[in-house]
Amino acid sequence: MASSYLSKSKHMIMQSLKSKKVLMSIIMRHTSFVTNSQFCRPFHIQNYADSSVALSRSFGSIYCERRLHTATSVSNKSSTEAPSRQELDFPGGKVKFTPKLIFTSSSNNERTRCYRVLDEDGQLLIDSDSLNITKELAVNMYTNMVTLQVMDTIFYEAQRQGRISFYLTTIGEEAINIASAAALNINDFIFPQYREPGVLLWRGFSLQEFANQVFGNKYDYGKGRQMPIHYGSKKLNYITVASTVATQIPHAVGAAYSMKMDKQYSCTVTYFGDGGSSTGDFHAALNFAAVMEAPVIFFCRNNGWAISTPINDQLRSDGIVVRGKAYGVPSIRVDGNDALAVYSAVNDARKMAIEQQTPVLIEALTYRAGHHSTSDDSTKYRPVDEIEWWRADQNPVTRFRKWIETKGWWSDETESEHRSNIRKQLSQAIQAAERVEKPPVADMFNDVYDVPPKNLSEQEALLRKTIKKHIHEYQSDVPM
Amino acid sequence: MASILQRIGAATSLSSSNSFDTKKFNLSSPRSVIGRKVSNLDVRSNGANKMNGGMNCQIGGRADHFVTNAVATKPEAPAASTASKPGHELLLFEALREGLEEEMERDARVCIMGEDVGHYGGSYKVSKGLAPKYGDLRVLDTPIAENAFTGMGIGAAMMGLRPIIEGMNMGFLLLAFNQISNNCGMLHYTSGGQFKIPVVIRGPGGVGRQLGAEHSQRLESYFQSIPGIQMVACSTPYNAKGLMKAAIRSDNPVILFEHVLLYNLKETIPDEEYVLNLEEAEMVRPGEHVTILTYSRMRYHVMQAAKTLVNKGYDPEVIDIRSLKPFDLHTIGNSVKKTHRVLIVEECMRTGGIGASLTAAINENFQDYLDAPIVCLSSQDVPTPYAGTLEEWTVVQPPQIVAAVEQLCR
Repeated sequence: MASSYLSKSKHMIMQSLKSKKVLMSIIMRHTSFVTNSQFCRPFHIQNYADSSVALSRSFGSIYCERRLHTATSVSNKSSTEAPSRQELDFPGGKVKFTPKLIFTSSSNNERTRCYRVLDEDGQLLIDSDSLNITKELAVNMYTNMVTLQVMDTIFYEAQRQGRISFYLTTIGEEAINIASAAALNINDFIFPQYREPGVLLWRGFSLQEFANQVFGNKYDYGKGRQMPIHYGSKKLNYITVASTVATQIPHAVGAAYSMKMDKQYSCTVTYFGDGGSSTGDFHAALNFAAVMEAPVIFFCRNNGWAISTPINDQLRSDGIVVRGKAYGVPSIRVDGNDALAVYSAVNDARKMAIEQQTPVLIEALTYRAGHHSTSDDSTKYRPVDEIEWWRADQNPVTRFRKWIETKGWWSDETESEHRSNIRKQLSQAIQAAERVEKPPVADMFNDVYDVPPKNLSEQEALLRKTIKKHIHEYQSDVPM
Repeated sequence: MASILQRIGAATSLSSSNSFDTKKFNLSSPRSVIGRKVSNLDVRSNGANKMNGGMNCQIGGRADHFVTNAVATKPEAPAASTASKPGHELLLFEALREGLEEEMERDARVCIMGEDVGHYGGSYKVSKGLAPKYGDLRVLDTPIAENAFTGMGIGAAMMGLRPIIEGMNMGFLLLAFNQISNNCGMLHYTSGGQFKIPVVIRGPGGVGRQLGAEHSQRLESYFQSIPGIQMVACSTPYNAKGLMKAAIRSDNPVILFEHVLLYNLKETIPDEEYVLNLEEAEMVRPGEHVTILTYSRMRYHVMQAAKTLVNKGYDPEVIDIRSLKPFDLHTIGNSVKKTHRVLIVEECMRTGGIGASLTAAINENFQDYLDAPIVCLSSQDVPTPYAGTLEEWTVVQPPQIVAAVEQLCR
């Protein structure tokens, strides 16, 4: 092999002696022969398994190609060399060239299609890919959706009555909550935003436990430290809700990375809204997850509204699903009001995430049928008939109900029985939660650190002294 | 990679301490635990705690060959006594790496994440060699998004890992402020103790050599208010390794502040394993006339000024506070009760820095013991300029410290 190269180079050197820039071209000839050989080929990145070697090799190939460029620019003048390149192995991979000055358009002509299997009447569409689910699972899913709906209504009313300070409903997103939870395993860690109590409900959080948290009493697992609806449960693998938007997304990636290190057969799932997808945390987390091949499901609840910001003021891309591609993440758009579609999509996504060790992005299109929270009146910024239309026509609960009824698994009697049952349980839970004491003063200083440091113990002592001294200024029902 | 020589007879290591002037050495009362659990491995001296206040002994013994220049200079010729001391000599960044490596070896849950920490070995080589040894997953190279990888570390910590998050420069962690304040510091509390965040956030900070304003930040002043986190600053190879290990073992989120100019400091550290207490200050030089409180790089400026002061007949007590949150008010208080005069020397800016908080804390707790108002020397409230001369003038220099002590002790 080597001898042929040498003879080739000799030939080139002879040729170049005739040209003016002798020295220059000898160097160029040398490099051009190098490219004709297979010398550079082994330097191309073969696989990414050994990233350190890949890194050094990629630098090697860049260097080769840089010299190549200078070579061809000179060599083309005086010899019939190889035809001009069609493609180049840039850092990151092979790219084909085009002489046409064309910009990619800001969006495709057609929006990404939305996966749905049940129509508004609860009829399974022909040729639909969906999973067969058992009667038990279907009924379980439906009853949880109803429980969620009833719970939301009653807690919302409790806030309006002044019994709790704050609440936010999941009206219109019951299918997203329950169906996605049903497709997951208890070992899959949930990193919620705040509109996903249904996932906790599915996993077994009781109505009493929900009530304890919203009332902030001493049985609250959060010890009364967070606002209502900021649930958290270590035993159910559901991370405590934080009020900050989208900060949970990188958490989910980190947790998935931890599962990857331990080779666990599980994934993490993080939920966020269309508004949350505008944050820096979202983009960086998606990018990281792709680079690290972390088993995380990014579940975007695109419900059209971020408090009062409609989707067109939030983004101009084709929703959130196209962003997955930008980061190299497999994605799907799904009808968020179709419980069966959500279930099938999450089921497949989970398997893909764990078995192929890849992140997956799911955009569920839906509508926020309720207000943002009890501090909001959405009729101020959107038409009432729009809200009513979505509540009626695309209601995920009624749609799923129609489906299970056609299967003969549900009826009006079971419906009213279940609803009144839940209402009764809830009112009992609320009354009980209301009567329970609030957390003691000691819980104000615990858990800031693992063990209270001296300055905090001093501050606690000072507070107790102050309360004792001015006992009448403080509420009598606050235990010490 | 520094090799650890296995020497037998740890008791012999204390023999060197007999060489220095015991009259000056203050055998104060044994350090009492400040209401916190002390781990069993909390070895203050070389394994054998022969004297009370073993920590004092250790540091006093090193005063002979103490490095007074702040930047990468060779230490003065060690006294004859130290020749018999066991231990191995290394640079500060190597000490950090040694601590890191020992903890990674000891606990498989410890992992590192940050920019260029893997195959590049870290911008200051603190994690060099660890990626080939422990793999790409345990020493993770991240894309450039501090908020995201700090968040990742928090998420991983909630699952049981013990990540060490490196900010290539502490200033970059400003991008991660949301995650550090709202999640790192709070999630243990708001979850009712269900989820803990045992992360270590570390990186180089402080004013370097003409790195420009954005790379000369003193983040300790911004972070000090965040409830739920602990902050420590290392200044010598010995305390760098000890604090690194302690921070990793702590179940609380700890921010470990290193200084850009101190990475090449050389010191002999013990071969035996040791872990320092995160909430303890370090007695650098016992004295009688004035208490000088400092940390990180300013320790060296203070020690340089101390030489001048000693020549002028003063006897300053120098304490490296090390624990920036919470302050070790026990050590500091004992010192104030003895000397009645306090000078704080810091690199933070005048407004809202560590010195400002420390001044308030001492005034509040030890006002009766003060003979004079507390003097705090800090940097001015300006972005750090690039020009060398200007940069030098923003940082507190030894002559200023000498002048301040003279003024204070009038």
